Amino acid sequence: MVMAATKSARLLRFAAAMAMGSVLVGCAPAAPRLYHWEGFQDQLYEYFKADKSGPEEQLRVLDAQVQKARARGVALPPGFRAHLAMIYLRLGRDGEAKQELEAEKENFPESEQYMDFLLKRMTAQKS
Amino acid sequence: MTISAFSSGTAVTRLGQFAAILVVVAALGACVTPPAPYDYTAFRQNRPLSMLVLPPVNETPDVTATYGVLSQVTLPLAEAGYYVLPVSLMDETFRQNGLNSPMEIHDVSPRKLREIFGADAAVYIKVTQYGTSYRVLASETRVTAQARIVDLRTGQLLWQGGATASSSESRNSSQGGLAGLLVNAVVTQIVETASDTSFKYAGIASQRLLSSRKNGVLYGPRSPNYQKD
Repeated sequence: MVMAATKSARLLRFAAAMAMGSVLVGCAPAAPRLYHWEGFQDQLYEYFKADKSGPEEQLRVLDAQVQKARARGVALPPGFRAHLAMIYLRLGRDGEAKQELEAEKENFPESEQYMDFLLKRMTAQKS
Repeated sequence: MTISAFSSGTAVTRLGQFAAILVVVAALGACVTPPAPYDYTAFRQNRPLSMLVLPPVNETPDVTATYGVLSQVTLPLAEAGYYVLPVSLMDETFRQNGLNSPMEIHDVSPRKLREIFGADAAVYIKVTQYGTSYRVLASETRVTAQARIVDLRTGQLLWQGGATASSSESRNSSQGGLAGLLVNAVVTQIVETASDTSFKYAGIASQRLLSSRKNGVLYGPRSPNYQKD
């Protein structure tokens, strides 16, 4: 009897949770996102405003996001590595900037033409 | 006899009227007359893989509108399945070539854009409302933008649309009587300006503008729904 009661209570709780879930989700089941965004938009905004946080602080935040995305096994969004490259350029760390541009190209072949354009200009400026 | 026949006739008419009203109400309530389906012929013929979002032209008095929106638009397009060219580098490339204003950038020829960025399509955005306006009874933060997607290989217009997002959509302003409302309006404006609420609403407006939805952009090749819409 006790067992049965617990079982039905569990069932009830399960049903309640299901109902809550469907209310929260609404009618459209949200498809999982393709990329790990977290604060990427905020970081782009920070970069463009260029008045609050400097490139060191922005790099720290972006690095933390890279770690989190890796831990969760979710892909970084288009332009994320390229934006990292931009920050490295600001800091005068050209070698790392190049690596990030190459990584953007590797992960998104659609970026090849533009990444090559940038890489070529970087080498031209050096010599 | 005639009377009863007459009255039963009226009853039928009334029932008919009632049913008609019900149908009209249902139609109005259901979808507020569905918009005409978008003509995707050019979009389907060109099927771009990548999109270059140019810095939005700002038609508002708020100087932060261009970069507020530009920072937000990568997400909806990327989640729809497109490669979106990196916006910070794109902006820097234009600057290094002496192009600082979105207006000038929007005038660059599609062929030149294609040559440098290698993108299949460009997204031209115009921001027409951006920021918090103080009104006597309720301050409101509102962002409105229009977008045109043009194929850089063929020059064809693939899609255009507009969207808006406003803080008054969710706020319930019926608390505390008139005095409460006035205080509310001032507080709202301070809070909404200080925490850069405009940027948040730019995010919502961008989602509505450039994600795949009814009459929105089609899914791109990186989406599991590609070519299913």
